[in-house]
Amino acid sequence: MKKTMMGNYAASWGAQLARVQVIAAYPITPQTLIVEKLSDIVADGELDAKFIKVESEHSAMAACIGASATGARAYTATSAQGLALMHEMLHWAGLARLPIVMTNVNRAMAPGWSIWADQNDSLSQRDTGWMQIYASSAQEILDSTLIGYKVSEKVLLPTLISFDAFFLSHTMEVVDMPEIELIDKYLPPYKPDYKMDVNDPRSFGALTDEQYYYEFRYKMQKAMDEAVDIIKEAGKEYEKITGRAYGLVHPYRCEDADMILVTSGTIADTTNVAVDELRAEGKKVGNLRIRVIRPYPKKEILEVVKGVKKLAVIDRNISPGYSGIFSQELKSALYNEVDIPVRSYIAGLGGRDVKIEDIKDMANDALKNDAPNDLIWKGVKI
Amino acid sequence: MVIKFQNNDKPVIITGAKDMPPMAAALGSMLQNKTGSWRNVRPIIDYDKCIKCFICWKVCPEPAIKIVDELPVIDYDYCKGCLMCAEECPKDAIDFEKEGK
Amino acid sequence: MIEIRMHGRGGQGAVKASFVLAEAAFQGGKYVQAFPRFGVERRGAPVEAFTRIDDKPVQIRSQIYYPDGVIVLDPSLTEVVDVTKGLKKGGWILVNSDKEPDFFDFGDDYKVYTVDATEIAVQNKLGSRTAPIVNTAIVGAFAKLTGIVTIDAVFKGIDSSIPRFQEENKRAAKQAYDEIESG
Ligand code: SF4
Ligand code: SF4
Repeated sequence: MKKTMMGNYAASWGAQLARVQVIAAYPITPQTLIVEKLSDIVADGELDAKFIKVESEHSAMAACIGASATGARAYTATSAQGLALMHEMLHWAGLARLPIVMTNVNRAMAPGWSIWADQNDSLSQRDTGWMQIYASSAQEILDSTLIGYKVSEKVLLPTLISFDAFFLSHTMEVVDMPEIELIDKYLPPYKPDYKMDVNDPRSFGALTDEQYYYEFRYKMQKAMDEAVDIIKEAGKEYEKITGRAYGLVHPYRCEDADMILVTSGTIADTTNVAVDELRAEGKKVGNLRIRVIRPYPKKEILEVVKGVKKLAVIDRNISPGYSGIFSQELKSALYNEVDIPVRSYIAGLGGRDVKIEDIKDMANDALKNDAPNDLIWKGVKI
Repeated sequence: MVIKFQNNDKPVIITGAKDMPPMAAALGSMLQNKTGSWRNVRPIIDYDKCIKCFICWKVCPEPAIKIVDELPVIDYDYCKGCLMCAEECPKDAIDFEKEGK
Repeated sequence: MIEIRMHGRGGQGAVKASFVLAEAAFQGGKYVQAFPRFGVERRGAPVEAFTRIDDKPVQIRSQIYYPDGVIVLDPSLTEVVDVTKGLKKGGWILVNSDKEPDFFDFGDDYKVYTVDATEIAVQNKLGSRTAPIVNTAIVGAFAKLTGIVTIDAVFKGIDSSIPRFQEENKRAAKQAYDEIESG
């Protein structure tokens, strides 16, 4: 059924449809509405779950880890400093191979104190063993929560779903809520082979010397590799019941493009509109939205970009001392495979709006200039 | 008591990175945000009662109370009408009236 | 696509108004997007909220800079903020006011409409005279002057987005709809 809702509520309803059993969360702007709504949903009896109020985000993730280890479907949501405070526990959830799903509202790290959109918070957690999805609509937030559990519980890796503060979190739009009966079939209860059970005691997270630790890392990498296909399958199966398709990358008008813009998050949707306008001006430009960055969809990206003359990456994040993170990753994926010049742009940090005109400026700049470039800071006031 | 002020009224104009400190400090953003438009009550200081303790100056959350000739003076460009000053004044020297449209 | 900007004061419900407007359009079969000016809302401070309405899903996700129409919930705002900023030539301005449109001087580029949404809200016991809830009356007036949504869609929008006093809200919307002349 179609309804209007803010992006934050799409996350809450996604968790409700997934029938999460344990929610442990600590409020932080702009995530607060997600957990407020979930606590209402639980209090109203619309979801049979334990809602655990905790004293910090570190504890929230610790509680999710405990719950997930016992075989419960666990959920939390956070943002920026809250995600950073969880950092230790994120590694734990990853290496304990717990299929937790978490929503992160992308918000700039302080100081200066900011509550606005920026991807540095979640990209700083890139190497913790979580799969990472970047959603670009409220609909996708809801759908990704369901697909996230499906994939996580299969490959035993946690999923982080991130989306831009305010541009999605506080923006109301039309969302199609799938029927719970369909979702119950799509996402049956979680039944792990290994779980904490008082009737069947085992050790968890015990001392692991160099005889074994290395292999656990190897197995984690294998699981990430497998996840690529499993994400695709889970997306296809989801399409069968809802009509909405999700992959790891979402190309738009890329087939015959001379140049492809590479984007993520809400900038990606606005870029689609910019691409239409550029096409109308006779410029053969496409847009490749990277939806999943871990596992990194290298093969899928190469399939889309091979044959293109130029690439231009727009990053709403920065690895200080190097460049935008999506840009680095793209360049490393191309190396040894194809020789395509990549131009790198930074835009929209700290929630600065990235307008259609800004995207067209960047595209035109990339079309004009052939050389791979130093980092370009779109719109920076010098 | 002598309170010294630095650049009390100096406008802070930032045109870009070159004018800014390396960290988010001393941006003068409080001065740029003219919170006077938020006000629906107007605090008024009765100088006959005022003992110049400057508690109002200390508690005011905006750059709205200045010290001029050793007296607290309200700058209505910034006063947002929160009445913290009136609440905390030990001599009840600050009264208020409703703002008319 | 049409883009609308709403001006109000923190606590006055401008964001809610933009959502009710979007909900009415959604009930009328449109795709919508509604959002506040991204920031920290403070009671009494001028706030803005936005609504986009289109026949296809709205993909643009930046803020609105060149609205087709502007709604002003509190006439005192016209003195402190430039409500016409970026407004397209030929665009409309709907002001909640007991004055006639020509009381406001916004220049010749725009069509100005007024509706006494405060009085309508008070008559229908929506909020108090000092804090009237004018959302639904404004949306009723909007429906009439733009024709983008029908009054029935507004009623449906009220049913699905306003949890209490639905009848009073519908009456307010209808009253404003009847009072204002169409654009
Ligand atoms: S707090 Fe009251 S007495 Fe003290 S300086 Fe302010 S107005 Fe005067
Ligand atoms: S009411 Fe008083 S405390 Fe509040 S902003 Fe105005 S001067 Fe400052």
